[in-house]
Amino acid sequence: MKHLMKWGLATPAILAVTLFLLVPVVITIAATFGEPKGVFSPYVAFFSSGFRRTVLFRTIEVALVTTAISLLIGFIAAYVIAQMPGRAKSVMIIAAVFPLLTGVVVRSFAWLIILGKNGILNTILLSIGIISEPLSMLYTEGSVIVAMVYLFVPLMILTLVGVLEGIPQDLIQAATSLGATPAATFRQVILPLATPGLIVGAVLVFTGSFTSYATPQLLGGEKQMMMGTFLYQRAMVTFDWVGASTIAAIMVVVTIGIVAIMSRLARRLNPMAV
Amino acid sequence: MARTVHPALIAFTALVFLFLLAPLVIIIGAAFSDTTYLTFPPQGLTLHWFSNIFQVQAFRTTAITSLELAFLGTALSLLIGIPAAYAISRYRVELPRWLSTLFVLPILVPEIVFGFSLMKSITIGLGLPIFPSLLIGHALLVLPYSVRVVSASLASFDFSIEEAAISLGCPPLKTFLTVVLPNIRAGVIAAFILAFITSINDVSVSVFLTGPGISTLPIQILAHMEQFFDPTIASVSVLLMLVTVAVMAIVEVTLGLTFLTK
Repeated sequence: MKHLMKWGLATPAILAVTLFLLVPVVITIAATFGEPKGVFSPYVAFFSSGFRRTVLFRTIEVALVTTAISLLIGFIAAYVIAQMPGRAKSVMIIAAVFPLLTGVVVRSFAWLIILGKNGILNTILLSIGIISEPLSMLYTEGSVIVAMVYLFVPLMILTLVGVLEGIPQDLIQAATSLGATPAATFRQVILPLATPGLIVGAVLVFTGSFTSYATPQLLGGEKQMMMGTFLYQRAMVTFDWVGASTIAAIMVVVTIGIVAIMSRLARRLNPMAV
Repeated sequence: MARTVHPALIAFTALVFLFLLAPLVIIIGAAFSDTTYLTFPPQGLTLHWFSNIFQVQAFRTTAITSLELAFLGTALSLLIGIPAAYAISRYRVELPRWLSTLFVLPILVPEIVFGFSLMKSITIGLGLPIFPSLLIGHALLVLPYSVRVVSASLASFDFSIEEAAISLGCPPLKTFLTVVLPNIRAGVIAAFILAFITSINDVSVSVFLTGPGISTLPIQILAHMEQFFDPTIASVSVLLMLVTVAVMAIVEVTLGLTFLTK
């Protein structure tokens, strides 16, 4: 009876995930190995094409740069927020959450207005006389990165505020009273304790930007094709489903690989878990 | 107790918040501009673009589809997610650990891969109509919120209260509805809100599952942007922001927003 209960309650959800997520994704990946030209031929085709390699490397590069900038900005902001008194802290958290809850399309769209040829940034730069004609900032790797950082900094802040708040104040006071300089306290107490949180944040941002679709589509366009937009283009524009499935498989491997490596690293680095 | 923070760090954080909020202010400004192209600061003020949203039928129909999907998809995910979360928390020791991992999969698998695979298997493979396909996609996309947020609030629930009710003769289902559910209400509301917002803003999964006649609002916004670059998009964005504000107000009143960092 109890056995029936514990499994029975979870069964609908298990079935849903298995039938509509696991099976379709496995079929998609499996389909790439059934080519008449050889088991790995779609992958050979992918990696022997300079263009496709460029798309993959560009996506990894954009995701890495986005993660690094978001970590830096997010950590400093989260650190300051965590030190704020109650009321100011709540206001700042609300201000950080609000963009997060506003859709990706809306938030990427804002950067179209800012970075466009007749956009705000060009208008400002022209009027102060720094430039004499408008810069083309859209459809560059930089514009994609700026919009991605914009997308992910709130997520990073939220992840890190919780972690930084959890660091016992006694530890910091102990370090200070034993004569540690603020820099030493930061390096030897705060940073190690925050590392698991930094890793979680980094994984969220890296996988999020590596697999994003709307932002590269809007701000990168055809010129700055990334894996997500490439997958869509292969599947829905050229109807090359094997090609699209190959891209899908590579994305799954990179994503799950990063998550696996980083969560192992987080476990090893977590000083609380010893 | 607050510690002193270096002024340079505070100044930097102020800049971060300027970076986070200025683009949204810019959208709001552009939505009221009296021009046929997007610009900021607005040239003259008009509500024309807001009324234009309601003139464009595609926005009306896709907004309704998006709302239906978000409500039904979230409801479905809670319907299967709450019992699963209950099983995971109640029988934590007896159930294998991979079970919780299984329910994180919809987050772990890239959305765009999920959308593509789902389209191939159910829209094309099974020949399912567009709306049910979208509904399945959205329900699964938000399932992790239902399972994880509800499990989190069940973790602090004292199951001996439930046993007391059952031993006093209350039937299991009634016990769940009258004893357990009221105690995890905050978690259920939080799960609902996170799931709802995720669903209503989704692009990556929907982009494969929308088809002739049925689309969602974010997909329609993308399509509109490719044809027209007028302030209508800015005013739609403002309306979407208002929805977010309303939802956040509900969260603040029911739970307090700080639950988001816990």
